[in-house]
Amino acid sequence: MIRAGSEFEAPTLALVRPARKYTLLSRTGDSLFWLARYMERSDFLARTVEAAQRLAALPQAYNETGSEWDSALESSGAVEAYHAKYGTTEPDSVVDFLTFDPDNPSSIRNCLEAARTNARSVRTALTAEMWDAINGAWLELKSFEQAAPVKGEERERLSRFLEFVKQTSLHFDGAVIRTMLRDPSFWFCRLGLHMERADNTARILDVKYHVLLPDTEQVGGSLDYFQWTAILRAVSAVTAYHWVYRENIKPWLVADLLILRPEMPRSLISCYDNIVRSLDSISQAYGRQGPSQRLSHKTLAQLENSSIEAIFQSGLHEFITTFLEDNNQLGSAITEQYLV
Amino acid sequence: MDAVVGRVGYVSLPGLFFDEMSEAGGQPRQVYQRLARWLETVPPDLLASRRRQADLLFRRIGITFAVYGDKDATERLIPFDLVPRLISRTEWARLEIGLIQRVKALNMFLADLYGAREIIKAGVVPSDLIYRNPYFRPEMVGLKVPHDVYVHIAGIDIVRIDDKDFYVLEDNARTPSGVSYMLENREVMMRLFPELFGSHRVAPVENYPDILLNSLRSVAPPTAGSDPTVVLLTPGMFNSAYYEHSFLADKLGVELVEGRDLFVDNDVVFMRTTEGPKRVDVIYRRLDDDFLDPLAFRPDSALGVPGLMNAYRAGSVTLANAVGTGVADDKATYTYMPEIIRFYLGEEAILKNVPTYRCREPEALSYVLDHLDELVVKEVNGSGGYGMLVGPHATRDQLATFAAKLKHDPANFIAQPTLALSTCPTADATGIGPRHVDLRPFVLTGAKGTRVVPGGLTRVAMKEGSLVVNSSQGGGTKDTWVVDDGEAGR
Repeated sequence: MIRAGSEFEAPTLALVRPARKYTLLSRTGDSLFWLARYMERSDFLARTVEAAQRLAALPQAYNETGSEWDSALESSGAVEAYHAKYGTTEPDSVVDFLTFDPDNPSSIRNCLEAARTNARSVRTALTAEMWDAINGAWLELKSFEQAAPVKGEERERLSRFLEFVKQTSLHFDGAVIRTMLRDPSFWFCRLGLHMERADNTARILDVKYHVLLPDTEQVGGSLDYFQWTAILRAVSAVTAYHWVYRENIKPWLVADLLILRPEMPRSLISCYDNIVRSLDSISQAYGRQGPSQRLSHKTLAQLENSSIEAIFQSGLHEFITTFLEDNNQLGSAITEQYLV
Repeated sequence: MDAVVGRVGYVSLPGLFFDEMSEAGGQPRQVYQRLARWLETVPPDLLASRRRQADLLFRRIGITFAVYGDKDATERLIPFDLVPRLISRTEWARLEIGLIQRVKALNMFLADLYGAREIIKAGVVPSDLIYRNPYFRPEMVGLKVPHDVYVHIAGIDIVRIDDKDFYVLEDNARTPSGVSYMLENREVMMRLFPELFGSHRVAPVENYPDILLNSLRSVAPPTAGSDPTVVLLTPGMFNSAYYEHSFLADKLGVELVEGRDLFVDNDVVFMRTTEGPKRVDVIYRRLDDDFLDPLAFRPDSALGVPGLMNAYRAGSVTLANAVGTGVADDKATYTYMPEIIRFYLGEEAILKNVPTYRCREPEALSYVLDHLDELVVKEVNGSGGYGMLVGPHATRDQLATFAAKLKHDPANFIAQPTLALSTCPTADATGIGPRHVDLRPFVLTGAKGTRVVPGGLTRVAMKEGSLVVNSSQGGGTKDTWVVDDGEAGR
């Protein structure tokens, strides 16, 4: 037993210097933020392509609209770039455009490359494990690109590729969570991830809001059922839905899950919970707050005080549009406050 | 000349070149005995599999090297050779004293050139050698740098042609690179060949970053507090040595900054951080003088920091290495190094200079023109093996073109006999063969003196018969071991 005042007194000699005040270059913070955003985006793109592919494979009677590939382009923000290159929507061209096309600034390959470029420019701010995850993925991407698809095996190659992309984001996220020091560089990474995730979830809601409106439900199940599961699949929430609601898929519950359920990691509210936490941690480290803290708290409070009924009443589409605008505004505020 | 097959099946080229491992009779030199025995017993598959492992390790940790003017190879791996290059502790002790002597003299020479100019007044070096030199920086005249240290980090290129002497091939006093390979090569070797480290006592090099950081902190300006802020300034990720810059910044625990991350306010340098401006005291810069400050040097440089020279002149920041050190590592100045050492230290140079013809001198020029096919001719300010002529390997056309260049501007060139660079056993496609090597040890100077980490970067010409070891020209690297003298020495 150690008693106060015994021989176990604190050493008078200072063995540890007062913790060095952490320095993070604005450029480094910016690169970490965007690195995390690109990794998250590549994951979302991979899931979007998978979901669209499943939907497109259904017999026509189950998927009347047949506009899956247009939706995929829309929710990944690539409509204009695609049409500038191709004109008409062809499944194979869309898949290529969203995955391997170097001409599409947000193709998966370009996201991975942008992530690596950002990572390479801030190597010292990454842990060895993070670099390994990104650089390993980039090398793997190169080998995918170099091995030309064997005729008849394009599908198989694509699903291997999409699986690889999803694994990569798990690997990278794991490296961030398990190896980074909890200093502002960590919080900028988390901030990037959740800003991107909120944007992605909101985009898919924006593209699909019409199938989520309550009046579209038919007695005895709807053909839109497959649309709803496609939405859930794009945000990897099919299983989560059943755990949370324990009932058949209802469009308003899909909206509820993606917007208001705090336990759903890709819901808007969960993303904002994380965004607020990251920004608060940064402001604590630096001892001052700014516009980005205020804006993020405001959006989180709005989500917390909402119900899905109220959202449908005032218009799902309007709600999502406003959310996307606020999210962009927060992005600019963060850049202004910290990253330039 | 007959080649000699040693016991290990390793064929050296005795008589032609000094081989670091085998004596003329094919017997291994004492320091190499254990390695020779190992090479004799090691199965070829094992070497092949370790070499694949090494490639993978290097590729994954991202040690790549960008080659200028090579579009497809913006990131290429420097070839790494698995067979270490050995130097005995006794040999190293002599080399170390020589290196410290040389770098001390370099620093005194620079302090003098930008100060009292005693050496010119004494007529030891001609004044036009200095004032016509593009690396002489008038901005530095009369400026006092902390502790009179100009060259904080020097890379001295050393070659051997026999088992007695070390020759200096050139001094690198500007922004010498390669130290990351010294450190990473060792890490990789320790992972791949633990058994060899069990049988050799290899002097560690891993404390290099600590010594470097201490040196850099020791030369902080008096305005800095007790915990000076050091940064490493890189031209950016497109620079060929970017990997090294990020590696070193990481090992030093300092920020890796680009010019745009810094700004000067009221003659004080700050970096832009997420928390606001932070004052910078010491800049370990890996950016050439020309690009440091667009207001003082090249106005088109987007890599530098406007106003940096003013801050430097005001004494609020230390640059390592100092501005204007290029005047001391120039190949024309090199030829005067024995005199320079004698002048400042009153000692004879311990490391020899390679005999050099100064083409600025008419007699030397005519000799060089007559013997162009036997000589290596270099531009006095060139580096990286660019713009040099290797006479014995040149075609008649190349010789004629070069002769014209030489006559046009003789002072821009020096010539040296093609050195019989030593060879070292090196793994190649068919087994182990002799390849030419040099050595770049890194010499650090701070307020408390000059130190050398035991080892350095061994560069090896991977192509059979080639004498060019530069990485930009297909050279590779080896781990360099300073080991106890041999079995008797254990």
